[in-house]
Order: sequence, then C-alpha cells, then structure tokens
Amino acid sequence: MLDQVAQHALQVHGEAWTVKELFVLPNEYIYWSIQIVMYPFMTGLVAGAFVLSSLYHVFHVEKLKEIARFSLVFSFALLPVAMMPLMLHLQQPFRGINVLMTPHFTSAISAFGIVFLTYASIVATELWLVYRQHFVLSAQALQAKQNRSVMDSIFLLIFNCLTLGARDLSHEAIEKDHRACTRMAGIGIPVACFLHGYAGFIFGSVKANALWMTPLMPVIFICSAVVSGVALCILCYVLVQEIRKFMAKRKMSRWAREASAPTVAELDGAEHEEVLLASNYLLYFMIAALTLEILDLIFRGYTQVKSWDILRKVIMERDFFKIFILQYTIGNAVPFLMMSLPGRTVRRTTLATVLVLFGVFMMRYNVVIGGQAFSLSFAGFMEYHLPIVPEDWETFKEGLFGALTVAATPFVLFYFINKVLPVFGMKESH
Amino acid sequence: MKRRDFIKNCIVVIAGASVPLSALVMVDPKKVLAANPEIQWAFLIDTTKCVGCGFCVKACKTENDIPFNANITRTWVERYVFTMDDQRYIDSPKGALYGFTDSRVDLGMGEFKEIDPRNVGKAFFVPKLCNHCATPPCTQVCPVGATYKTDDGVVLVDRTWCIGCGYCIMACPYAARYFHPTLKVADKCTFCYHRITKGLETACVNACPFGARKMCNIHDTNDRNTQVILRERVGVLKDDFGTKPQAFYIGLAQEVR
Repeated sequence: MLDQVAQHALQVHGEAWTVKELFVLPNEYIYWSIQIVMYPFMTGLVAGAFVLSSLYHVFHVEKLKEIARFSLVFSFALLPVAMMPLMLHLQQPFRGINVLMTPHFTSAISAFGIVFLTYASIVATELWLVYRQHFVLSAQALQAKQNRSVMDSIFLLIFNCLTLGARDLSHEAIEKDHRACTRMAGIGIPVACFLHGYAGFIFGSVKANALWMTPLMPVIFICSAVVSGVALCILCYVLVQEIRKFMAKRKMSRWAREASAPTVAELDGAEHEEVLLASNYLLYFMIAALTLEILDLIFRGYTQVKSWDILRKVIMERDFFKIFILQYTIGNAVPFLMMSLPGRTVRRTTLATVLVLFGVFMMRYNVVIGGQAFSLSFAGFMEYHLPIVPEDWETFKEGLFGALTVAATPFVLFYFINKVLPVFGMKESH
Repeated sequence: MKRRDFIKNCIVVIAGASVPLSALVMVDPKKVLAANPEIQWAFLIDTTKCVGCGFCVKACKTENDIPFNANITRTWVERYVFTMDDQRYIDSPKGALYGFTDSRVDLGMGEFKEIDPRNVGKAFFVPKLCNHCATPPCTQVCPVGATYKTDDGVVLVDRTWCIGCGYCIMACPYAARYFHPTLKVADKCTFCYHRITKGLETACVNACPFGARKMCNIHDTNDRNTQVILRERVGVLKDDFGTKPQAFYIGLAQEVR
C-alpha cells in the first residue's frame, strides 16, 4: 500500500517550483508563492484606491471629484479580488469559511474575515450614499418608460432593490446623504489602513523568518499600499478618459451623441488637473514608503545580527537585480524623477504610474519570495521558479496564469459594476 | 410596558438564567482531548550515539503512513562535517530516509563533495523532529485553531479542520511542518500520540538501535531520562525564538541550527 501511495504522492506542495541549493531542511519549500505575492498587492490596491477617494470625501479636495468617484467604484471592484489569491492558495479552499466560523484570535489571519467584511460594508455604504439619488432617478425614469425591454425590466428591478425603499430626494435628504458619506469615508480611512497594515503584520510577526520580522512591516505595507492604489487609479482614470475622448471625437457612444456631452477639450482639461494633483499625493506617499524601506535595510546592515550573513547574500548578491534594479531603480527612482522633474505632463505621469505599480509588485515579490529564499538553517538557499505552462491545477493556480486571472478580475468586475454605478456622466452627485 | 418594568424583567431573566448557565464550563479542546494531563512529554536526544542509520525516519514514515518516497518527513537526521580549514558542510539526503550510505556530502542541485577524511576536524549526526514547544508559534498563528497543544504537552493537527493556509509551516522556526502530499493539510510529528497514550514508545525511539532517542515524562523525576534532562547539561535548538522547545539534546554543537 505504501508503495502505491509513494507512486502517486511523490510531488509535495512547493516541490514543483522550488530549487534547493546547499543545505536546506528536508521540509522546507517555497510554500507561499505567487498568490501570496498577489494578496498584499491586491489588498494594497483596494486600500490605496479608497484612500484616494477619501481625499475628496473627507478633506474636500474639490479638484479630485471625478477621480474620487472613480476610485471608490474601482476599490469596490477590487474588493472581492483581495480574497481571491488567498482562496486560490489554500490547500483546502472549501474549508476557507472556517476562518469565519471558528476564528482563532491569536492568529493574525483570523481577523481577516472581520476586518475585510467591516471594510466591505463601509465601502458599500459609502457607494450607496453616493449613488442613492442615481438609483432613485434611474428607477423613476425606467418606471415611466413605455415599452420596457427585458433588459430595462431587469435594470428596473435592480435599481428598485438598490434604493432600499429610500426614495426621498428632497434637499434635506440629499444633504443628510452628504454628511453621512463624509462620516463613512472618515471611518473608512483607518479601517482601510488597518486592512492593509495587518496584511503587513501577517508577515512582520513571523518570528521564524529573519527577513520578515520587523515592526516596520505594517507601516511599510500601508505606505506602499497607498502608493500602488493611487497609481492604479491614475492609470485607469487616464485610460478611461482616453477611451471617452476617443468616443467623444467620433460620437461613438450614446452619451457622446447627446447635446450635453463634454467636448474633447473639456475632458482634456479635467484629466490634466486631476491627474497632476493626484500624482502629488502619490509622490508624498512614495517618499514615506521609500524612507521606511531604506531605513529597514540600513538598520539590518548596521546592526548585523546573526541572520545578516545570509540576508546579505540574498539581498546583495542573489536577489540584487530584483531588489536594486527592478524594484528600487525602475520601480521607484525612475518614476520618482519622472514625476518630480519640472514640465510634467499627463503622459509622463501615466508612464510613471505604470512603473510605480511594477515597483510595488516587485517589493511584494521580494518580500514574500525573498523571505523564503534562504533556509532556516542559514546554510542554504531556495530559488523560486514561477510555473508558466500549467501542468495541473496546482501549477495553474500557483503559476503565471493564476496570477494573471487575479490581476484581470477587477477590470471585468469594474465593467459590470459600472453598468449599475456609472462613474462618469452623473449630473447631481458628489 | 413601562421602561422601569422592562428593566426589572430583564434583571430577573438575567439573574434566573445565570444560575444554570454557570454550571456550564467552556469546552477547551486542550483539556478534553488530553489523554493524561498529569503527564508532560519531553524528548531526549543523545547526538553522541547517533550514527545516521535512518531507521528512525523509516519507522516514522511507516508507522504514521507518510508517503514513503515523498520529500517530506516528520523526523530527519542531519550530518555535520567540519574541516580543519574551517569549512562547514551539512546535508540530509531525503531526510536520511536511507541513511548516510554515501561518504560524499550532498550540496544540492545534484552536486556532491568528497571530503578528505584526514582533513575532517569533527563530524556528527543530529536527529531532528518537532520540538513540541511549550510556547509553540505554530498553534498561535493557526487562523482556525486546527492545531493545538494538548495538556500533556504534544502539539497536534486536526486534519478535518485545517484549511491548508501554510501559516503554521511559515511560523515554525524548525521546519518541522509540511503539507501532507495526499491529505493536503499541515502535518507534523505527533510524538506518535496514538502509541504513547497506550503506554508504547514512539516509532522512532523504538527503531533506534543505539538508544540515541528517548522519551520521558518531565514531571516524573524517577524516570532515568527525566533525570538526565534535569541533572545533566542539555541544550535545545534555537532558544532565542522563545519557543521553549521540549526536545533536549546531549552534546549539541553551537553550529547546529
């Protein structure tokens, strides 16, 4: 019987993508692979997008109005995706619900369900307050329409449900919505930071791992989360605006043919102002994130505790290209210069945001994979080989295509959510 | 109903309910599942007696139905070779499942190193297994409480409840945990809980031909092995993590991590 089992079960989880060098303990593999890189990256985007939208809702930075609404809807589309990599990574995905059923509160992960659901309900509430007027108006318009098509009827049902029966559109009611919205956004900022800070805590509190264990980890994660979230929002906002400009020029869409449709010049002006202002915030958070990361590195190098010998080999030799070239130079220094040098344009900023996103991704990669690049024996190394061509379900979900699926999902979700919660073309809203 | 009445009724209900409820005790799996709470299991390893035959690894895999050839193991043996020119070589091919039959040191990635015996300063074997720490980081981080420490001091995994997140594997400073290749849950040494609770020895202790592995109840001061732990100079692995390991080593070199 044992022989039979041996025939079938030779492949251990992690063996497919781990190469061991020198002395690595028998049970050591890169257990946390690309999906665990995606997890903090995606949660970071959620938190960052929300913080950007809150700049308008809480601090009333009027110029960010359009991009704020965009970020709020986008952070809602990103929400389910923050959970996806975790589910794909679990060896027993059907037991994932156990985290909510029997949370074991000494574990950092156990809070995930609670923090995540709190945050999700805050974003949903805020969205509802922003869009309530739209729901009521749309429902009324569809109700009044003669000859409703099947789609119209479905939308009518959706909008009717979404109003939750609150159909009061008086001035006082709208004002009340505004105030509640500000309050929700205010509560949302610390919760968003907590959501991501604790993702950093998950890593920072693993005392067995010499690279991860630092109290700076949660703070570093929050700052880089905001950086990546703002960068993604700018990038997507510019892309969507470019598509709108393209449509407005050729009158390709229904809204573009209406008399009140914005002209290309108007779209251009709004885009320019919002992008440049948002990129200022991006710069501030980048400075904070970089300072902390470099501080951590310098501190390790200066104190030279027991683990430094092996960490130095990983950071300065084996992962040098990934850390100093891909992450710090291409992902941080270059976009920083692009955004801070005078004469900045939308195009240059957009290109910079792509590099920033890449830089934050590489930071997550270097933390998660880099932390497993050396053996607990401090006498050997492990190298990670991302599975590209999937051979089975496991190499699919923990490989390139699994990661790409996670990365693509928010955009698909955004497309559908945008049908019900239109980001652009709303007259009376905030 | 007036507010006063409402509050009055509430107090009566709470007072009445608290009497029967106080009879209930919170169910603690640690207490319920412990076979012998008065016992505190500990492990004693005499590194000076180990010859690296690997019988313990074989016995463990067979006894606990761990896929025999899969590259994971609940217990393993490491070989340390220190040369006179201050080079250190460590290996543990397949966790020493087949023993150390090759004099060359396995460097990984298919490379081997032949060491001139005249150049060897010191060389020894170190058997390893889960340390069943007094303050285990693995049970602390489990998000669903699927891994726990019994009252008799053994860290176990509930295979029906583990979600397979791997956090415990990451948290263990000794790499004693892994994913079971067929069951897809975290797995680790159980001190052969199914045997020791019936008065038997663990499979590895039983299989060791040289008495390098011993088990004892640390509360039983009449036990010979307990006396060794309490009276002799013994060491533990990586005590700087504050895990308070319960596997004690005789002749532990400081280079062993």
